[in-house]
Amino acid sequence: MQTPAPVDYVRATSVENAISLLEQHGEDARLLAGGHSLLPMMKLRLARPEILVDLQGLSELRGIKVDGGDLVIGAMTTHAEILDSPILSEHYAIFREAEKVIADPVVRNKGTMGGSMCQADPSEDLSAVGAALKGTVVIQGSGGKRTVEIRNFHEGPYETKVKDGEILTEVRFPIRPGAGSAYEKVERRVGDWPVCSAGAYVVVSGGTVTDCGIGLTAVGASHFCAPDAEAYLIGKPPTEANLAEAARLAAESCDPTSDQRGPADYKKHLAQELTLRALRRAAAASQGA
Amino acid sequence: MQVTITINGEPVTRDVEPRTLLVHFVRDDAGLRGTHWGCDTSNCGACTLWVDGSPVKSCTMLAAQADGHEVTTVEGLEQGGELDPVQKGFIECHGLQCGFCTPGMMMTGRWLLDNNPHPSDGEIREAISGQICRCTGYKNIVKAIQWAADNPATNEVNA
Ligand SMILES: Cc1cc2nc3c(=O)[nH]c(=O)nc-3n(C[C@H](O)[C@H](O)[C@H](O)COP(=O)(O)OP(=O)(O)OC[C@H]3O[C@@H](n4cnc5c(N)ncnc54)[C@H](O)[C@@H]3O)c2cc1C
Ligand code: FES
Ligand code: FES
Repeated sequence: MQTPAPVDYVRATSVENAISLLEQHGEDARLLAGGHSLLPMMKLRLARPEILVDLQGLSELRGIKVDGGDLVIGAMTTHAEILDSPILSEHYAIFREAEKVIADPVVRNKGTMGGSMCQADPSEDLSAVGAALKGTVVIQGSGGKRTVEIRNFHEGPYETKVKDGEILTEVRFPIRPGAGSAYEKVERRVGDWPVCSAGAYVVVSGGTVTDCGIGLTAVGASHFCAPDAEAYLIGKPPTEANLAEAARLAAESCDPTSDQRGPADYKKHLAQELTLRALRRAAAASQGA
Repeated sequence: MQVTITINGEPVTRDVEPRTLLVHFVRDDAGLRGTHWGCDTSNCGACTLWVDGSPVKSCTMLAAQADGHEVTTVEGLEQGGELDPVQKGFIECHGLQCGFCTPGMMMTGRWLLDNNPHPSDGEIREAISGQICRCTGYKNIVKAIQWAADNPATNEVNA
């Protein structure tokens, strides 16, 4: 039987209260969101916090809204809520397409936006979505709030710019009129982490790509994105040949490792093929197809 | 710490270690053994119950997280001595063999029908996709949930 080691538990009453609890307990404290990454890590003793600060009661961290030109997803918003959000689907199909294949419907009732970003697993699907859409995260500490680009948020596997005593409060995505977007994932079995996933948005205007973003996860893409491939595509018509060349460049920039999910060359192949499929569908959607 | 969880409408208060998992609280502290406990790793779904009306894998949630919340287990499906249509469906369609996955399957099945009274087979398969059955091959589980969709409780029909 797997059980976490002894630990204390406290429910934060506000964001400020959570921050002061984190400051009071330093490295011994850990925030608890959905617990669907942290509790498994605690069972395996890969994490051994002394105290858990549960964010469940902070309704200010929950919800999806439009604020100015941004879509804003609160840190405690669940996968299920992201999947079912009409506002998100209206602007970006990528959210619904990605969430449909993240874990399974029961896990999606617990896992959260903030937990996914802060877990920073190298195979996290929402990291690819966030990098593709060039989103930002808002981080709050006792000194105030700061904003970090998702493409600059991950310091490495399981490591982010969120420091001790800080909380990720929300994730923001710029709305881009006319953008099409799509997400493609290959998993070993339903509900599993990806062997490779690729997501993209494309804005086609006057027959050329004026803006695009490509995100990849589980294949060692630096900061979950493929800027060289994006730069190649911008200013060109979204022809099959151009999309294929961008996908080739995206795969070239990946550095997957062989593991139980598959050999590195297979993952590289997937990175290219899934990027191409995502770009194709995103470009078609932008052109109203 | 002291935890109070309302399970199937009855408040249950116990002193537990904060690390106690909800599945163990329900089985060992509240004595409700209908909820099963399998893989321990959030993969099999045998431990699925509802917290505030939504299915959750209770091996991956602390009892402390459920403090002050409402839990519904398979024991809570039956209403006024009458089995839930989903339970009847499993009997009618031979929806189980060893029965290990069954409580979790029923909880997700009931939740699906509450939100989508006439699901397609594909929608049922999607809903139970986080739950593993080693015996039935799933076909009869899908049939059982479809049976419940076709035979809703009479009180629901009148409501
Ligand atoms: C069976 C299973 C299958 C899964 N499959 C997939 C999949 O296919 N793709 C995928 O992407 N993910 C998958 N996941 C992971 C799932 O998405 C997790 O829910 C998610 O990674 C973590 O979210 P959480 O809310 O549970 O975070 P928690 O486990 O509560 O927290 C994770 C980490 O983030 C920190 N944290 C949480 N919230 C904040 C915050 N607001 N500010 C700062 N730090 C914070 C915690 O301290 C902890 O270190 C799967 C999980 C399971 C159990
Ligand atoms: S025991 Fe909880 S998912 Fe298997
Ligand atoms: S009936 Fe045996 S595991 Fe499903």
